[in-house]
Amino acid sequence: MIHKWLNDRATNILVPILAVFLGILVGAIIMLFIGQNPITGYWALLYGAFGDAYYFGEMLRMMTPLILAGLAVAFAFRTGLFNIGVEGQLIVGWFASVTVGVLIEAPMIIHLPLAILAGALAGALWGFIPGFLKARFYVHEVIVTIMLNYVALYVCNYLIRTYLLVPGERTDRISPTASLQSFFLQNLTDFSRLHYGFFIAIIACIVLWFILWKTTIGFELRAVGYNKHASHYAGMNVNRNIVLSMVISGAFAGVAGAMEGLGTFGYMSILSGFTGTGFDGIAVALLGANTSIGVFLAAGLFGALKIGAPNMQAAAGIPPELVDIVIALIIFFVASSYLIRIVINRLQKEEK
Amino acid sequence: MGVMDILALVVPAMIFLAAPLIFTAPGGLFSERSGVVNIGLEGLMVMGAFTAILTTLYLEGLGFGAWSPWLSLIVAVIVGALFSLFHAVASITLKADQIVSGVALNFLAVGLSVFLVRNIFGRGQTDYIANRISRENIPVLQDIPIIGPLFFERVYYTSFIAIAAAFIVWYIVFYTPFGLRLRSVGEHPMAADTMGIRVNRMRYIGVMLSGAFAGMGGAVFALTTAGNFAGNTIVGQGFMSLAALIFGKWHPLGALGAALFFGLAQSLSITGQAIPFLANVPQVYLLIAPYVLTILALAGFVGKAEAPKAIGKPYEKGSR
Repeated sequence: MIHKWLNDRATNILVPILAVFLGILVGAIIMLFIGQNPITGYWALLYGAFGDAYYFGEMLRMMTPLILAGLAVAFAFRTGLFNIGVEGQLIVGWFASVTVGVLIEAPMIIHLPLAILAGALAGALWGFIPGFLKARFYVHEVIVTIMLNYVALYVCNYLIRTYLLVPGERTDRISPTASLQSFFLQNLTDFSRLHYGFFIAIIACIVLWFILWKTTIGFELRAVGYNKHASHYAGMNVNRNIVLSMVISGAFAGVAGAMEGLGTFGYMSILSGFTGTGFDGIAVALLGANTSIGVFLAAGLFGALKIGAPNMQAAAGIPPELVDIVIALIIFFVASSYLIRIVINRLQKEEK
Repeated sequence: MGVMDILALVVPAMIFLAAPLIFTAPGGLFSERSGVVNIGLEGLMVMGAFTAILTTLYLEGLGFGAWSPWLSLIVAVIVGALFSLFHAVASITLKADQIVSGVALNFLAVGLSVFLVRNIFGRGQTDYIANRISRENIPVLQDIPIIGPLFFERVYYTSFIAIAAAFIVWYIVFYTPFGLRLRSVGEHPMAADTMGIRVNRMRYIGVMLSGAFAGMGGAVFALTTAGNFAGNTIVGQGFMSLAALIFGKWHPLGALGAALFFGLAQSLSITGQAIPFLANVPQVYLLIAPYVLTILALAGFVGKAEAPKAIGKPYEKGSR
């Protein structure tokens, strides 16, 4: 038994690593195909993410919303729910936190937590809707969350345009008492936009781990994810857990939006389209196998890919969209782990 | 402003905005009726738009002139079908989660197309095509009073092909042996397998047909409306088609009606300012209407929408 468990565990770690390797390999083949040198390309990418303090700071800044969006997707996954609505929850969270940041005046010790909380609550509300519809009307959460993404986008744009607009198609800047921006971190990283939100993201990783693995609520949520009917039989309230899972997931996503509003930008623009961060969260959660540490590492990888991409174009002449292709392929290979698992199982059998 | 003036403003815009959705939504039906969720419609439309513009530019260079957009429609259909194999292989053969695989397809479509555009044109968007699919007056029909000016003056032929396609899909899915097999595979794959229907083959066909139709939908949008291709040419039309498919209760004619209705909502959100009783309604209500209505339809407030029974599950021979 223990032997088998070790093997499963090894496979679980091996699948993401192999997927990343295959994704990068296919990316290299594409670079060769357009007549570029993959080593030059990937070197430029690495330099663009880790090469100096500014790039490194930007990479950590990029990781922040990716971690939180990834945690949001991962949390819902654990209860057997697919939250594609992280994007919309992130947008309403961004909007709510900036609204509180702009309109309310209070000392920092109240204002900043209040603004983050507003983001979390808005995201939670946006997650509650699909959770409730799933529990009450058995509506599949995927479709509802996709639709709510668009509703969030249009409604927030409308609210900004009607109530909060200043020249430049955006809201006013939040007051300094609600800001996560840190002169210390900026100074340390050659004036990147790195802010205290990075530490909030790390705390969120710990919170997710704690809720899922150290509390009764987490146990119930995971139990519902494994087997709804058995959980019901054991006396758990399945519907309540479904709603709760979406609410907490939405709250993580809302905080991700708050990080953009209070940290990176300090305002919210009228969005012409989705930020993409919420969808990247799906990739992050998937690659990170829905664990806190996995999400953190995966967000690091995708953050580095995204921040390094412009330098790849500047230094090696390779379009930055290569990174999107690599990310898509990594998702593909993780999702198709059936293939990788079959190969691993066969190899193990042959050993015996 | 009379009723006719308003209709003259709204109806042509509705049909023309709905056309890409009318192709894509009944296309998605093939995939979903065979039991494969297709969130990748958006990405397939992106590939269709990309292929159509690129092919048109190429054919124009060769001197095909006004024929180029029509020929490139065919190419877009083929590329759409081939590109959907990505989704088919992952979700059918490799038993990947169908939603995850669809999400990956959307990422890949935008990444790959913009990557190639940047590589070919050196910037994020293509040149504009010289020959768009043009608006035509339909002879004879345009002289019918009332209906003529609304539906047959300055219209795109593609809009009519789209509506015809929806009816053809309806016939195929509900009145041919192929359609029966397709639906049986999506409702009860094991029973279908017992009767000698090859489940996975039917699903491959379903997904590839959805790719072909979505490729067409994207191409029509690019060749009539956009005129060039960039990463933001297709934003949400694929998801809106998916919404139309569900709001239309997985029925081709329902999807057609839903697509037209969504086209109307879009058309009103653009032309609303010119219409007296709509001028004071904030545009946002019309923008979110399609999505809110789809949610309500799913929740059973606007008639219950029920998905094919075996949707989302990979078929494993011998499992119950």
